[in-house]
Amino acid sequence: MAGYLLRRLLQVLVTLFLFVTLSFFLIQAQPGDYSSFYSLNPKLPPEVQSRVRAQFGLDRPLGEQYLLHLKNFATGNFGVSFSHYPQSVLEVILERLPRTAALFLTATVVSFYAGFFLGKMLAWRRGGWVEYSATISGVALFTVFTPWFALMMIWLFAFKLGWFPLGKFLDPLVWRNAPVSANQVFGYMLFTGAAIAVILFLAMLLLAQLGLRRRGWLPAAVAIICVASAVIAWAGSGVGYLALDILKHMVLPIATLTLISFAGTMLLTRNSMLETLREDYITAARAKGLPEKVVRDRHAARNALLPVVTSLVFSLAFAVDGGVITESVFSWPGMGLTLLDAVLSEDLPLAMGALVFVGLLALVAHAVADVLYVYLDPRIRYQ
Amino acid sequence: MNHDGRPPEGFAPAGRTSLWAARVRLALRSSRETWRAFAANPIGVVGVAIILIFGLMAVAHPLLMATLWDPTTYDPVTGFGFDEISHPAPPSWRHLLGTDPLGRDILSQLTASTTSAFVLGLVAALVTVGIATMVGALAAYYGGVVDAFFMRLADLIIILPTISLLIVLTALLGLNLFQLALVLGVLGGFGGTAVVIKSQALSIKVKPYIEAAQLAGGGPWHIILVHIVPNLLPLSLLYMMFTVTGAIFSEAVLSFFGILHIRMSWGIMIHTASTGGYLLGGASYWWLIVPAGAAITLLCSSFYLVGRALDEVVNPRLRGR
Repeated sequence: MAGYLLRRLLQVLVTLFLFVTLSFFLIQAQPGDYSSFYSLNPKLPPEVQSRVRAQFGLDRPLGEQYLLHLKNFATGNFGVSFSHYPQSVLEVILERLPRTAALFLTATVVSFYAGFFLGKMLAWRRGGWVEYSATISGVALFTVFTPWFALMMIWLFAFKLGWFPLGKFLDPLVWRNAPVSANQVFGYMLFTGAAIAVILFLAMLLLAQLGLRRRGWLPAAVAIICVASAVIAWAGSGVGYLALDILKHMVLPIATLTLISFAGTMLLTRNSMLETLREDYITAARAKGLPEKVVRDRHAARNALLPVVTSLVFSLAFAVDGGVITESVFSWPGMGLTLLDAVLSEDLPLAMGALVFVGLLALVAHAVADVLYVYLDPRIRYQ
Repeated sequence: MNHDGRPPEGFAPAGRTSLWAARVRLALRSSRETWRAFAANPIGVVGVAIILIFGLMAVAHPLLMATLWDPTTYDPVTGFGFDEISHPAPPSWRHLLGTDPLGRDILSQLTASTTSAFVLGLVAALVTVGIATMVGALAAYYGGVVDAFFMRLADLIIILPTISLLIVLTALLGLNLFQLALVLGVLGGFGGTAVVIKSQALSIKVKPYIEAAQLAGGGPWHIILVHIVPNLLPLSLLYMMFTVTGAIFSEAVLSFFGILHIRMSWGIMIHTASTGGYLLGGASYWWLIVPAGAAITLLCSSFYLVGRALDEVVNPRLRGR
């Protein structure tokens, strides 16, 4: 296991190195260099241009520039953003990365669980109009043109029904006299979410150790206590209404991203589950007289899970792209919108920085999912 | 199905012409069989029907422009509907799908975009499959360093978020339709498709006829081009279909963001409606969004459906299930 993890980590580092190299060639492939954008912009003082030329080493030979690029990457020095001038690229990105990570993580986890659960149920209760309509809508969601679908979601839920706000991160009217900054509140919200996840995970482990996990009401009770205490803590903190405002703006983008990505998981789980149900060990489990629920969840679904996770690992890049599209349609100020705005305003350092971080997000997610797969598939673990 | 549609070399009848005649006859027979297996699956037939309808639309546009449609009114980019009082005008007999905010005919734009969608899809698919087949065959045949290099490269490309990369590429280089197709083709060819085709090539490499060809003195290139690549073609054809879906989708997204140098496409049509502020009109301006959005979704899913149906024909594991 440790050997595998080490090898995997080494692979991630090699891939990261290749990716940074690729980004260097992308920059080299453009006509001119970074500083030519400065010379065309009368608003920026000349010392900025000379500083950037020195920082990126644009006057030195190519090999030296490449080494400098690697060094800049390792130290997190992506230069200064043109469109957010006094701020450096890293500052802009660090401000926005958590928003994208929250969107992406929530949507991926929720869509995976929902897709897996629905796919399992569809395969279990085969036939009938429920399976038929779920499959059709699954294919439709899987192939729908993402921006168009996001726009339709905004039109229906935000404009026509008025349940949620029309995009953006927060409502300025609510925040006018706010005592804290939005990033602070959002940071605490992320912390709350992470804390709940960790506590729940530990509680599940503990319950499994004590052999109490089969009692259905215990995990649910723990979850309810966790969430309720978090809600009470926020309500008492005095900035709960601000958190609620951000939360309201988050619902629609997350719902859209989830709906787009869950269909693939659902269809794949259904197929994989149908194949598993034909195996001999399912017949054997039934012959032993095990309850149907145990056969479904412990014997069939557990084995049907593997191909689904494999496909999840490979579709993560697609999910990150879906996040970029969703963000820009919803004006959610995360990495995707930053990337697009940077490109539209020809802010190349920011665009490159955003691309590197979006790639990094995909890379890390990919590695985590891979490790998770090792945990799920004992055949790899004991190799 | 006979995988390459050809008789084994040693069993060919004497004489050059009769050999080719036999080859053609066998290829025809095998394609008839393939079609029968394909047609047994309704989703594949539906997909082909949708693609044919779009093909008709693509052919219809230049014909209509030459005959019925006056270019000053109906040109997809520079036309203007002088006969309407205000734009965007709802569907009427003169403009069957109405006009866009700039007074251009939607039906003309829709049909004109079909051509570019097909060109883009075809170029991207051909480049992808050409590269992927060669890379897969080379990696499988040589193994070792060649294999490791191409597979690590494929890993990198699989992890890359394509749309984000393309957004930055358009900023750095400014892509037009043909260049976009090339970039998508190269990314697909060195990426996931190469991995799938390589695994197929590995199973071909261990077949006895490869060994026989090696013993007969065939060089690496001869074996790769004459014995491995033809046997990879059915799988390549399948992946062409999936590439077309991805290419059309990517183009539509980038055009929707308004960052491609393209004359007209479905994505640009939605971009025009979106920047004009007509999106939240919802149902009252449906002709601005629904035709283009439906066209993208339909053409993408039709190629996807054909791919799935082909998969059941090409993939012996799924056949006849």
